[in-house]
Amino acid sequence: MKQILRIASSFVQEQNKYLNMTKNEAAFAEIMEGHPQDESSLIPLLQKAQDEDGYISSFKVEEIADYLRITESEIYGVASFYSQFRFTPPGEHSISVCLGTACHVSGGETLLNTIERDLDVSPGECTSDGKFDLNRVACLGCCALAPVIKVDDEVYSKVNVIKLNDIMGLYE
Amino acid sequence: MNDIKSLRKKSTKEWQLLIQPDKPVIFIGTASCGIAAGARKVKKAILENLEKHMLDAKIVEVGCIGTCYLEPIVDIVIKGQPRISFGNVDEKRADFIIRKVLVEKDLSKTKPLGHLGPESSNGIPHLFEQPMLKPQVRIVTKNCGIIDPENFMHYLANDGYTGLYNALKSKPEEVISEIENSGLRGRGGAGFPTGRKWRACRETESEDKYLICNADEGDPGAFMNRLLIESDPHALLEGILIAAYAIGATQGYIYIRAEYPLAIIRLKNALKQMEEHGLIGDNIMGSDFSFSIKIKEGAGAFVCGEETSLIHSLEGKRGMPRTRPPYPTQSGFMGKPTVINNVETLGTVPHILRNSSSWYRQFGVKDNYGTKTFSLVGKIRRSGLIEVPLGTSLRKIINDIGGGTQKEFKAVQTGGPSGGCIPAELLDTKVTYESLAKIGSIMGSGGLIVMDSDTCVVDVARYFLDFIQKESCGKCTPCRVGTRHMVEMLEQICRGEAGPDILDKLESMARLVQSTSLCGLGQTAPNPVLTTLRYFRPEYVEHVQNYYCPALVCSELIEYTVIKEKCTGCQRCVSVCPTEAITGPRSEPHNLDPSKCIKCRACYEVCRFDAIAGNAIIITSKKE
Repeated sequence: MKQILRIASSFVQEQNKYLNMTKNEAAFAEIMEGHPQDESSLIPLLQKAQDEDGYISSFKVEEIADYLRITESEIYGVASFYSQFRFTPPGEHSISVCLGTACHVSGGETLLNTIERDLDVSPGECTSDGKFDLNRVACLGCCALAPVIKVDDEVYSKVNVIKLNDIMGLYE
Repeated sequence: MNDIKSLRKKSTKEWQLLIQPDKPVIFIGTASCGIAAGARKVKKAILENLEKHMLDAKIVEVGCIGTCYLEPIVDIVIKGQPRISFGNVDEKRADFIIRKVLVEKDLSKTKPLGHLGPESSNGIPHLFEQPMLKPQVRIVTKNCGIIDPENFMHYLANDGYTGLYNALKSKPEEVISEIENSGLRGRGGAGFPTGRKWRACRETESEDKYLICNADEGDPGAFMNRLLIESDPHALLEGILIAAYAIGATQGYIYIRAEYPLAIIRLKNALKQMEEHGLIGDNIMGSDFSFSIKIKEGAGAFVCGEETSLIHSLEGKRGMPRTRPPYPTQSGFMGKPTVINNVETLGTVPHILRNSSSWYRQFGVKDNYGTKTFSLVGKIRRSGLIEVPLGTSLRKIINDIGGGTQKEFKAVQTGGPSGGCIPAELLDTKVTYESLAKIGSIMGSGGLIVMDSDTCVVDVARYFLDFIQKESCGKCTPCRVGTRHMVEMLEQICRGEAGPDILDKLESMARLVQSTSLCGLGQTAPNPVLTTLRYFRPEYVEHVQNYYCPALVCSELIEYTVIKEKCTGCQRCVSVCPTEAITGPRSEPHNLDPSKCIKCRACYEVCRFDAIAGNAIIITSKKE
């Protein structure tokens, strides 16, 4: 009996996943329809796709290729040119370390190295537990408050190694 | 047009009520920098305090006045008093200020920065008497930090859209002549005369023309455009409308960095307001001028600041440049005549149309008229965004406005990765497009990064080249391969692995990349290397001859030591050391094993900033 229940529940889960996916798919198709069917829509659509999933999935690339009638390789060619797009799922929290000039001369690199070591993660990657992804960013435009880091949407200013510890504590 | 006229009257009344109110008004600076400094928390604290004291006050969120080192900034107006500014307001200070100003009506211990009213009160000086603000001439940044960027009425009450009104009353050619007469040059960095660019586009015949605003502020260390858009978005939009009318464009695009989310929100909000008031769409202000604006978010590529790359990016392609001519004014976006202007250029345009070209020419020096904004950052006492007339000397900017450096001044870097490092002996250089080019740098978009004796210029050159190398689009060989070689050479120098002969090789490679690259990115990329080689050669020589880094930055050439006499044995460094190089029991001087040390700087920072640590860890040269 227990086994039957387990199978039934996994079936329901599977079906829900499928339902969610088709719902997601339908929603994205709707978003795409709001854009003209030419190449100039490519970057905005990639941005929408990344807004939804947190990264550019191969599934979305197929969808966009179908809609804009261009090849998937053309899409990857454009997407990989820009630093905004990522092709692997992000972590639960995204950490961006600013390495603009003002942050560089005030110790941004030290912060990046410290996070890399503490979380055992390289820039552009995600920790093995999926909790954090780490990114280098060229400039967040808060140069007068350097060095800065950004976790999700929160910008932290004048960070040093001690402050960094406190900040990371907020997300653990 | 009547609609705007009656609205303007209403807006003036509304504005008067804010600056001479019956009930208190509190202004909080909430641009990105203010928020990063804690403005949101301060707002919450203020609201709680108002409730606690059962006070009724109006809260207005404004942009940033540019004195970023004083963030968060809060202004308070009470009946019969001018608007008074307070700096560095954290939650505790907010609590104190609300109690003092609003409850006890006593300003004596509140340390105000200054007032913004017509006349002094209680002996408080005007805010613009502050040393950072006094030498400035504020045209583009006039409204920044003063008005609510999300309130259309505030912009209108401060002469908003009068420039457009004047433009629409004249012929497009007259508008172009006015801009030509003003001497306005592109503020994105190259300094091309704006009026001439507009005329070239106007004279190209085509049914469709485009106006693109370049808000892809990619220079690391520069935030002029972000601040202007976040603090006064309508100024940019008014400038765009005037430019579009002058060149005969029907569609405009704002290409803005995705890294500036707040600026995008405020632009979208402002566009919506323009729609509501008939300032966008068909027959703007009752004229026969019709125009619409779309916001396009850049996806992150430094090279897209170059105009042909930007156009490719807008078209949905890889943002790679192409050879010019044809110039975009002949064949640009979708092959149609296109004008691309920088945010600051367009933000200046309404002021010229409002006040006349001769008014604008009173600022600045010959061939460099008007003002320029700079982001003054790095190792400087007073950092932030400033606006000064062109022709102001670097010394005045750094010493009078910025308050100088804490340690010995070493260099100032202008123009971002495309600019150069200027040494102390050239600080009397006047900031003009030509004089900066003469000393090997460029005006650029306006980043001024100040460096002191703790900054290694070789490391800075390596940093910029590394940035450029990563951002090179790869289309032309000199830039793609040349910058890679230069980065490798600079890394060798920083690691102490290169001999003296490398400097000549580096210089000749830099000249090659400079003279043979396809676009501005590659052509200017060697500037940081060439200027540092020119002005700081002894520092390079120290690296390659004695393997010594005078600024003690290059990690392979330095070592960390614990001074036993100073060490309090607090174990803070032991806990942050990732490689267990520091050991020692509590309350006894610690040991640092150099063979295990990876020079991550963590212990040094902890020892310097932690209250109970004794500042006992020092960095010395390996050679000493």
